[in-house]
Amino acid sequence: MTTATQVDAAGGVFSGDESGGGRWSEAFRRLRRNPVAILGAVLVLLFVLVAIFAPWLAPHDPQEQLLLGEVRPGFVPGPREGFPLGVDSLGRDELSRLLYGSRQSLLVGIVSTLLGLSLGLLLGGLAGAFGGRVDNVLMRVTDLMLSIPGLLTAITITVILGPSLTSVMIAIAIVNVPIFARLLRGSMLAQRDADYVLAARSIGLRRRTIVLSHIVPNSLGPVIVQATLTLATSIIDAAALSFLGLGNQDGTPEWGQMLAEAQDLLGTRAALAFYPCIAIVIAALGFTLLGEALREALDPKFRR
Amino acid sequence: MSLLEVEDLSVVFSRRGRRDVRAVDGVSFSVDAGQTLGVVGESGSGKSVTSLAIMGLLPRRGAAVGGEVTFGGRKLLGMRRDELRDLRGKELAMIFQDPLSALNPVVPIGRQVTEVLTRHRGMTGTDARREAARLLDLVGIPDPDRRLREYPHQLSGGMRQRALIAMAVACQPKLLIADEPTTALDVTIQAQILELLKELVRQEGTALVLITHDLGVVAGLCDRVNVMYSGRIVEAADRRTLFVDPRHPYTTGLLGSIPRLDSAEGAPLLPIPGSPTDTLPWSSACAFAPRCARSLEVCTTVTPDLEPDGRRALRCHNPVPAEEAAAVGAEGRRE
Repeated sequence: MTTATQVDAAGGVFSGDESGGGRWSEAFRRLRRNPVAILGAVLVLLFVLVAIFAPWLAPHDPQEQLLLGEVRPGFVPGPREGFPLGVDSLGRDELSRLLYGSRQSLLVGIVSTLLGLSLGLLLGGLAGAFGGRVDNVLMRVTDLMLSIPGLLTAITITVILGPSLTSVMIAIAIVNVPIFARLLRGSMLAQRDADYVLAARSIGLRRRTIVLSHIVPNSLGPVIVQATLTLATSIIDAAALSFLGLGNQDGTPEWGQMLAEAQDLLGTRAALAFYPCIAIVIAALGFTLLGEALREALDPKFRR
Repeated sequence: MSLLEVEDLSVVFSRRGRRDVRAVDGVSFSVDAGQTLGVVGESGSGKSVTSLAIMGLLPRRGAAVGGEVTFGGRKLLGMRRDELRDLRGKELAMIFQDPLSALNPVVPIGRQVTEVLTRHRGMTGTDARREAARLLDLVGIPDPDRRLREYPHQLSGGMRQRALIAMAVACQPKLLIADEPTTALDVTIQAQILELLKELVRQEGTALVLITHDLGVVAGLCDRVNVMYSGRIVEAADRRTLFVDPRHPYTTGLLGSIPRLDSAEGAPLLPIPGSPTDTLPWSSACAFAPRCARSLEVCTTVTPDLEPDGRRALRCHNPVPAEEAAAVGAEGRRE
């Protein structure tokens, strides 16, 4: 254990110039040595690549009802030449729909996480920087929001805004705001009494400088980890909303919607429900593993 | 008038549901430019709180600061917050005990040094970088350009403390408060850091307040010494008087608990019995009485005053007699 730490320290000294040797590059080094992180990264990469290259990977147009003629009530044709996973209840190629579905999930995941993150950082930052009454008001609001189950809030918001992809993204973002706000605020409060803050005050730095260039950078670690994990929950939440019919209404393939459509055929073609489930699990698992590994890499207590 | 005059300083910490704590009580002293004042005492004697009070770094809520602190003719206590902020880092600066925790772990050394320069000397960009490199060089950090790009964890303990000193002296402050600057360092590094501080005081004419529990540090560096116990000064004297002729039982106790080369083999160390928490309230007794070998009846009932007596001031009902003091202080002790 000790030896490893020493090597680390020495490596840090030598690589100081090129990589900066800061906390992030050190965390990255630790991340690369963690098999869980590698697995997470591979899954995420797979997911992202599929989303980007879906038009080239998909054998058919996901919207075209190619085998509609063979679909009977309660029956759809199984896999065959050119349709390796079969077709859905409207005769559309299941594989193509799965591949294209990754685009929606990735889009919702990224947009709603970034939106929630930026709003959360703003509110949490204000609460952490000003404290006192500002903090009190903002935190009571987040308490209120956190006391209602997230999915319930998301459903309500989507219903109010009208079912669409944009509504889903906004709803999930709003659900995530208080989580990020609270996390940054708590993390900032923990830093406020740190020695280096006292030292920064002792050289006469202004409060703005201390907050922006000292406290905030030290508080971001847990927020970044949470953002990675939130990508996973956002994907799941988006699927849930679509499953309930609150997602896009234009027939664009979406995993939650595919799952909902497959319900009627559970007796005859259960596989149609199985595929989107697997896709959702793989995408979410990738981000979760990566997030957990990042948490370990950034936490000094986990250092090996 | 001295550069820094502290008059009857008191700090009371109050918290809801707890009894108030008088961390510092009736502390008065002054420091001139180019002079070094040592403040000695055990943990909890109020040394650090005194320095934070002078710097105006105590929390506004929960800490009531009384008395008067005059710096270069200006009253520091009650000064507007932004005015005080303009002084801090520029005219009065502070060095902290643990250089690792006093540096921001995620910000490169260079940016932490240039921040002071930007704040008080209006330097930016290349100018600030060059000046920062010059400062690191001044405090004896080799290869300053490379070090500026590095992070605190990549520097050794001694180098971190040097970097902190560079930040503190960046604007050539008139007063430097060093709060146990060598406690967290190796003995060999301690000597280097003390030498560096000594040099700065000599060259720049900086007034230095050196807070420490290490009498060896005091012996090497300070012109005058305040010995504090439980928030009050119990003995104040110039260095020579304090070491050769210590009169307060607490001072002799501190001196007696240092291992000495010239003592007979097998001679026991003489630690002060009890712990700093065994105190009586100063308001109706001598706080040191429960641990004092010379305590009398009067020590538990009457507050001793800090009485000036020639080259020293002493707060004791039953001071150590001169002959005994000489035995503890001893001519043989290095100064």
